Amino acid sequence: MAVPVFAPWDDPTQKPLIQFKGVTKRFGDFTAIDNQTLDIYTREFFALLGPSGCGKTTMMRMLAGFEQPTEGQILIGGKDMKGVPPNEREVNMMFQSYALFPHLSVWENIAFGLRRMNQSKDVLEARVEEMLRLTRLTKFAKRKPHQISGGQRQRVALARSLARAPKLLLLDEPLGALDKKLREETQFELMDIQEKTGTTFVIVTHDQEEAMTVASRIAVMDEGRVIQVATPSNIYEAPNSVYVADFIGDVNIIEGAAKRAGDGYDITWAEGVAPLHTRKEEGELIAIPDGGKAYLAIRPEKVAIHTEKPQGMTNAVQGRIIDVAYLGNLSTYHVRLANGTMVRAQTANTRRLALRPFTWEDEVWLSWTDTAAILLAE
Amino acid sequence: MRKFSLVSVPYFWLLILFLVPFLIVLKISLSDTALAIPPYTPTLDLSEGWAGFKAFWSELDFENFVFLTEDALYWKAYLSSLQIAAISTTLALLVGFPIAYGMAQAPDEWRPTLMMLVILPFWTSFLIRVYSWIGILSTEGFLNQFLLWLGVIDAPLIIMNTKIAVYIGIVYTYLPFMILPIYSALEKLDGSLLEAAEDLGCTRTKAFWLITIPLSRPGIIAGCFLVFIPALGEFVIPSLLGGSETLMIGKVLWEEFFNNRDWPVASAVAVVLLAILIIPIILFQRNEQKQREAGK
Ligand SMILES: Nc1ncnc2c1ncn2[C@@H]1O[C@H](COP(=O)(O)OP(=O)(O)O)[C@@H](O)[C@H]1O
Ligand SMILES: [Mg+2]
Repeated sequence: MAVPVFAPWDDPTQKPLIQFKGVTKRFGDFTAIDNQTLDIYTREFFALLGPSGCGKTTMMRMLAGFEQPTEGQILIGGKDMKGVPPNEREVNMMFQSYALFPHLSVWENIAFGLRRMNQSKDVLEARVEEMLRLTRLTKFAKRKPHQISGGQRQRVALARSLARAPKLLLLDEPLGALDKKLREETQFELMDIQEKTGTTFVIVTHDQEEAMTVASRIAVMDEGRVIQVATPSNIYEAPNSVYVADFIGDVNIIEGAAKRAGDGYDITWAEGVAPLHTRKEEGELIAIPDGGKAYLAIRPEKVAIHTEKPQGMTNAVQGRIIDVAYLGNLSTYHVRLANGTMVRAQTANTRRLALRPFTWEDEVWLSWTDTAAILLAE
Repeated sequence: MRKFSLVSVPYFWLLILFLVPFLIVLKISLSDTALAIPPYTPTLDLSEGWAGFKAFWSELDFENFVFLTEDALYWKAYLSSLQIAAISTTLALLVGFPIAYGMAQAPDEWRPTLMMLVILPFWTSFLIRVYSWIGILSTEGFLNQFLLWLGVIDAPLIIMNTKIAVYIGIVYTYLPFMILPIYSALEKLDGSLLEAAEDLGCTRTKAFWLITIPLSRPGIIAGCFLVFIPALGEFVIPSLLGGSETLMIGKVLWEEFFNNRDWPVASAVAVVLLAILIIPIILFQRNEQKQREAGK
């Protein structure tokens, strides 16, 4: 039996859990969020990705109820959230700083939100124990926050925000303070917990790898605007702008003038060399008027490197190796083309170092297929 | 060795400025009054050697302490002082906490100014400030004139020479000692904790009681002790504002010492006062200690 693909955003019958409708947020005359519309669906693991200061935290704080939109509407579960204070929203937030209560034990921190719910003592205790087990903190229940490690504190913060079984959990750079290894472990733990509890997660991060790992969809933000919302693979394979292509992973950008040619476009990028051809396997390319400015975005791993001019390849360019970055399993060659454009080519190191044919200052040819590059207008 | 000498500095300080004077007072409290200079016997005469010391030792007794228990004046004065100190401390807390809270909420650029305003009264003499309260509180004082002018009252209020005047004086004088430790605790309070509490279902008021108050408790306790301890032995304020009606042990001590020239009884009063104060002082130290440990 095929596992149904989780893609409620493609299903017009699904109602989004969260709707931003033309939301603008200003602080004084500074616009932090600029007229944004965005839908997030139940059970999604939605990532807000962007550089520091682009408005990610502000988006979260509007969802949690700490900030009110200056203009526009935010709906959660179809209900307008205007004027609903944080304590009356079925939303919990895991704070960037964790914000654990220093005077309360781990147990009491987790129980804090439950105590506001008028449950019986037994129900409350059972829930706290369940949360402690889920986050593997049972042994530390009696400790105060300052008596546990950073990773454990982060798990307490998570347990505390999950305890009330919110419809929506907001995580603001939850793993920022952890070292790389612990961060990767925790990412998988988060995904596991999200699956087990069925809660909708909205995570804020400025780490693109983290967003790619955990998210069902990613919203790439810049200066108060959402630039693109898509699944991790679409963000990577089909970015809608140079900004997104550049933000997610490594990319070569070649700028030129576009001209319709056959089933694709020819891009003239330098004097006296053959134009580059690009087309799409399926679907339509974006429309660019003849002679209009266009960008080709090519991932380094899709660029092949040769000593001789490759035969039968439409897209082949010549250049000189400026630098070689050896990464163990991979090598990245930095190649300067005749017009000064730098292009990186990445190859897997299947042969031993001494046998590899390329080194500094070598004249080489780079090539890629018609469908490897993504054509972008901006 | 270097470390030892550094550590010994505070102990040496304590020895010279606290322990030695205390032992002298303790010795006087065990002596008898005499018409002499100094006005008590025995005095230690080391010229007679060991015999002189033995004679000196045999003359010391607890007569004065027994006397304190016989005359109701003394225990009444102690009790009344405890009561006045406790009430004043409570009032200072009620006035001081909102001020400290307001300061901590104020924009950053305002805080140094506000802090300055709290400390400013210290720049003038304590005596002058207490005296000026007489001008405010007396029957013909500013307060009564103002209230009469407003028409709120039709006969002047009698505040001077009552306990109320003493409370006002103590609260006014020691308020900065209440405000500063509370302010320093509130200032350190991380605003995201209150947001977290709200996020977890608390109203703002509830978050105040569950987060702000417990986290500023060390400051509250420190402030209360810093007001209570000096207020208990206070003598200038009750003398100037409290009249003959208010009984405070500091005043009794003064009178024994200067009016009656009974140094031994005055010393006994002081020793007992210190014994009473030792309890809150130890509690205060433990509070500070705990705070240091939690801060680590
Ligand atoms: N309370 C505030 N007052 C004024 N400016 C703010 C406030 N909160 C955020 N900003 C501004 O809004 C922008 C976005 O902030 P934020 O959402 O925290 O960014 P991010 O979380 O993406 O790093 C920043 O330029 C920040 O300075
Ligand atoms: Mg942020």
